[in-house]
Amino acid sequence: MTARMTDQSSQDLTSTSPTTGLLSAFLVTVKRDLLLAFRRRQDLLNPPLFFVIVVTLFPLGVSPDPVFLAKAAPGVVWVAALLATLLSLDHLFRHDQDDGTLEQFILLPQPLAWLVLARILAHWLVSGLPLILLSPLLGTMLHLGGNLTGVLCLTLLLGTPVLSLIGAIGAALTVGLRGGGVLLSLLVLPLYIPVLIFGTGTVMAASDALPVDGYFAILGALLALAITLSPLAAAAALRISVSNG
Amino acid sequence: MWAFFHKLGSPKWFFDIAGRCIPWFAGSSIALLVLGMVWGLLFAPPDYQQGDSYRIIFIHVPSSALAMSCYVMMAVAGAIHLVWRMKLADVFAKAAAPVGAALTFLGLFTGSVWGKPTWGTWWVWDARLTSMLILLFLYLGIIALRAAIEDPQTSARAVSVLTLVGVVNIPIIKYSVNWWNTLHQTATFTLTNKPTMPPSMYLPLLVMLLAFYLFFAWIVCVRMQNEILEREKRTRWVRELVTPATARR
Repeated sequence: MTARMTDQSSQDLTSTSPTTGLLSAFLVTVKRDLLLAFRRRQDLLNPPLFFVIVVTLFPLGVSPDPVFLAKAAPGVVWVAALLATLLSLDHLFRHDQDDGTLEQFILLPQPLAWLVLARILAHWLVSGLPLILLSPLLGTMLHLGGNLTGVLCLTLLLGTPVLSLIGAIGAALTVGLRGGGVLLSLLVLPLYIPVLIFGTGTVMAASDALPVDGYFAILGALLALAITLSPLAAAAALRISVSNG
Repeated sequence: MWAFFHKLGSPKWFFDIAGRCIPWFAGSSIALLVLGMVWGLLFAPPDYQQGDSYRIIFIHVPSSALAMSCYVMMAVAGAIHLVWRMKLADVFAKAAAPVGAALTFLGLFTGSVWGKPTWGTWWVWDARLTSMLILLFLYLGIIALRAAIEDPQTSARAVSVLTLVGVVNIPIIKYSVNWWNTLHQTATFTLTNKPTMPPSMYLPLLVMLLAFYLFFAWIVCVRMQNEILEREKRTRWVRELVTPATARR
């Protein structure tokens, strides 16, 4: 079933002409990736499950005191989101690398960076968005309070796409490697630090009743920078990894 | 200019030049290291607040400064390698990465040793310390990626991309860490608010800085020579170089 879907959608891709089909190629790529993701339901469920479990570990491991939890909540949720994103990144290109689709993907007439952006969008829809939907629940469990939970959700909304975008570079660099998962986290986690700092900083400022517009502006700027630059870097990295054979 | 650029692409040419430079780098860096150490550790006046403990600055500042500029040099080499496919640029990046990581560690270690008597603690989550720690992680990631990819050409290009991604990120990381620190700032001490130094202190520091750069050039040249021999081991000139003249006949 999965294989037939792949064939059909890659036919759709190749039938678009190089000059006119940019938007349709983008949409077809997103559709194909979403379809493949929904065919592998367990892979789809694992990152959100992991996210919830990691957050659960903190009250158990550190302290169930509501005052402490409310203070630690933004950091805990953000770190868990970082790790959950990392967990799902390894799948971004690996299945396609294994069955050879990735090479065909690179040979398409459309610019690779553009299609990589489509794949990143699909990845975020299946791995980042569920985390955002889950975060009000976790915020409540961590005694964060309604207003701050809203702020936390907004920071995740702006921040998790950056995680997917930066992570795609690491995933592209390590796609052909055995045991690439651990290496991937070693490469990508240091680059995640600014997002983590500003994501948690926003919620903390809000809890001190400070204005948060500037913080959101910076998160938005990080997102804009990542959208423009990281597909280019990821596409270059993908070409390098695949040329290795 | 272009002739020089093309010559730079020839490993054999560079091997000869490096061989001629190494004694000069080695001699001058050892001489300046001895001069700077003796001057800094024995003759420079003690600090009015920190006493003698400030003398670690003569190791700390040069190694940290060099650790950062080494990363920038690697990024430039990575760009050159990606654009012109110049093998030597990658030889440099490969040779310099462990040296840069070691210098970053040395900067962190001496900073920590210096922190104990002056701040009363081994580690503070100060912006500078934290961004140096992240720099160390970036170095280790680059070294790990190079080790993970077997094909040397692929690993060279992958590492070049990663180094460039890192160099774009370094200002963002540095800025965000600074910002994060000021948000959480309690009444702490910063490295930047030192009393302005008298010449009797900064002159030995300058000598040490120069000595560290020359030492870096020396070590990297030696490592590049080794790497060139390893990569070019199938070529005639390397074979002639490593077999003794008597055995060749």
